[in-house]
Amino acid sequence: MNPLIPTLVIIPLAGAFLIMILGKFFKTFPKYFTSLVLLSLVVISFYSIMNQGTNSVLYKVGGWEPVNRIPIGIYMVLDAFSVILVCIISLIGLMSAFYSVSYISRYTGENYFYALFCLMIAGMNGVVLSGDLFNIFVFLEISVISSYALVAFGVEKNELEASFKYQVLGGLASFLILFAIGFIYWKTKTLNIADIKEVFKAGYDTPFYLFVQILLLCGFGLKAAIIPFHAWLPDAHSSAPSPISSMLSGVLIKAVGIYVIIRLFFNMFVISKEMAVLITLLGAMSMLIGVFLAIGQWDLKRLLAYHSISQMGYVILSVGAGMILLSENRSPEVAALAIAGGIFHLINHAVFKSLLFLSAGAIEYRLGTRDLKKMGGLAGSMPATSATSFIASMSISGIPPFNGFFSKLIIIIAAIQAKFYLLALLAVVVSIITLASFLKFQKYAFYGKPANDLRGPVKEVPFPMVFSMVVLSILCLALSLLVLPGVRDTVLTPLVGILTDAGLYSSTQLE
Amino acid sequence: MITYLMCFILFLVGLYGLITQRNLIKIAISMSIMEFSTFLFFALIGYKEGGVAPIVNPAEPDQVYVDPLPQALVLTAIVIGLATTAMLMAVIIRLYRKYKTFDIREINNLRG
Repeated sequence: MNPLIPTLVIIPLAGAFLIMILGKFFKTFPKYFTSLVLLSLVVISFYSIMNQGTNSVLYKVGGWEPVNRIPIGIYMVLDAFSVILVCIISLIGLMSAFYSVSYISRYTGENYFYALFCLMIAGMNGVVLSGDLFNIFVFLEISVISSYALVAFGVEKNELEASFKYQVLGGLASFLILFAIGFIYWKTKTLNIADIKEVFKAGYDTPFYLFVQILLLCGFGLKAAIIPFHAWLPDAHSSAPSPISSMLSGVLIKAVGIYVIIRLFFNMFVISKEMAVLITLLGAMSMLIGVFLAIGQWDLKRLLAYHSISQMGYVILSVGAGMILLSENRSPEVAALAIAGGIFHLINHAVFKSLLFLSAGAIEYRLGTRDLKKMGGLAGSMPATSATSFIASMSISGIPPFNGFFSKLIIIIAAIQAKFYLLALLAVVVSIITLASFLKFQKYAFYGKPANDLRGPVKEVPFPMVFSMVVLSILCLALSLLVLPGVRDTVLTPLVGILTDAGLYSSTQLE
Repeated sequence: MITYLMCFILFLVGLYGLITQRNLIKIAISMSIMEFSTFLFFALIGYKEGGVAPIVNPAEPDQVYVDPLPQALVLTAIVIGLATTAMLMAVIIRLYRKYKTFDIREINNLRG
């Protein structure tokens, strides 16, 4: 029982409540209080990662002890995988919240913005920490309902339309997930993820099992915007205010989509060959189609949003490749390498994609447009934005020594060692097209001659925005260190162990 | 068995409405129908033939009780459903103020 675990959910929830109450009386209170809330979350999550090492810790909500080794209460689990996600959520959240201090001041109703922001953080932390299937659903709804409201925060035509599309598809996804939870409870009579795995290990009938897996894959695939389910993502992510775009693209689709898919398919289901092939196929498709849809875009934030789909394809592809190897029982080291590469890319993508969205927001803040054709020559007038977005662009296209290079390299090496030559080739090709499309972004936004209709000289953005972008670009470089053997063994290796070692996740929960 | 089938048909009715309707309000209603078919499904899972409410009576040890957990889950899910529906309706009202129409074919600023 670690008393720190529930505080990760309670602090932002209480923060949202306080902001709504006190924000009415003190106008500047919500701004700085949100950053303070996120800062305390960063401290707690990094303290946990230092303190617990490779162990998993458990918090039983309400103190309900298991009866006959059957868990009856709600469990919150902080293991090597969820602790990484919690660190990403709080760190990117802190940067986005600090960035919002100047960015959001042009909107009305600031305290609503910060309250919804804290609610979204609470929901995501809850999803990541929960060890219970229905609890995942509840927290997921908390975070996505606040993100529906945040996407529509501008209340103009485009924002509302995007939010409507997002809500209809998100609602459909929620019903599919709820149906799947119902089916699982019907067959297994339990909702605890580790306990369900025990029941499935004892035996299952295949049609039911496949049906539930497909339902869950569709539901969480819709939340994660894997390619056949991606229609809402470019609209929602480009219409939201920029700090929210960076949260949605950088963290939300990972925490409520990719994380849950990986967690459920490794720790709840017994890995089957068919599903592993399907997941790999979906990943390869999103990687390829996403990048082709991205390269033709002239709206800066839409371009970035399509790249999110493509980069998530890398993560799903390499995790799926690891699943295929595990299901065939051949070369577990390569499988571990593939999964580690996928998760590493997930961490890296959170950092550089949120940085790119913040840079896009900085450009929009000064120019009032997202159209690449109307920009130009900003390198001289906005040096900090130019430098940080250059680092992020090189990082996402996989140029050494930035973090994107190392994770893509690991994914490609793993694919070659596993003899999936076609996948390795696809990963390289997509990486090259990504580079091309980000060179286009750099050329049209920061170099070339300034567009004619710019009103007066353009200045650099205010300090809070610059500060957030600079910190994230330093992280882009620093995360490369994760590839060093010493650091890798403390962060990525235990994480892969939790996913691949069948007994490790359940042993802590079913004691 | 027939009740499960009816529940599934209700889900399909909602899905059909979601796909074919062009009016924003009717889309929201279709979503609610789907939502309630899911709730009905949960209630059906917990039902046992001849079961009573799960208040244990020591005098009758052979009594069959219905499973209370799905009912608790449904209550939670209904509250969440209320929030989603309210959010959807709020956005529909705002959309109507901007576009002066409920027709989804005329609300098409975002493409590609």
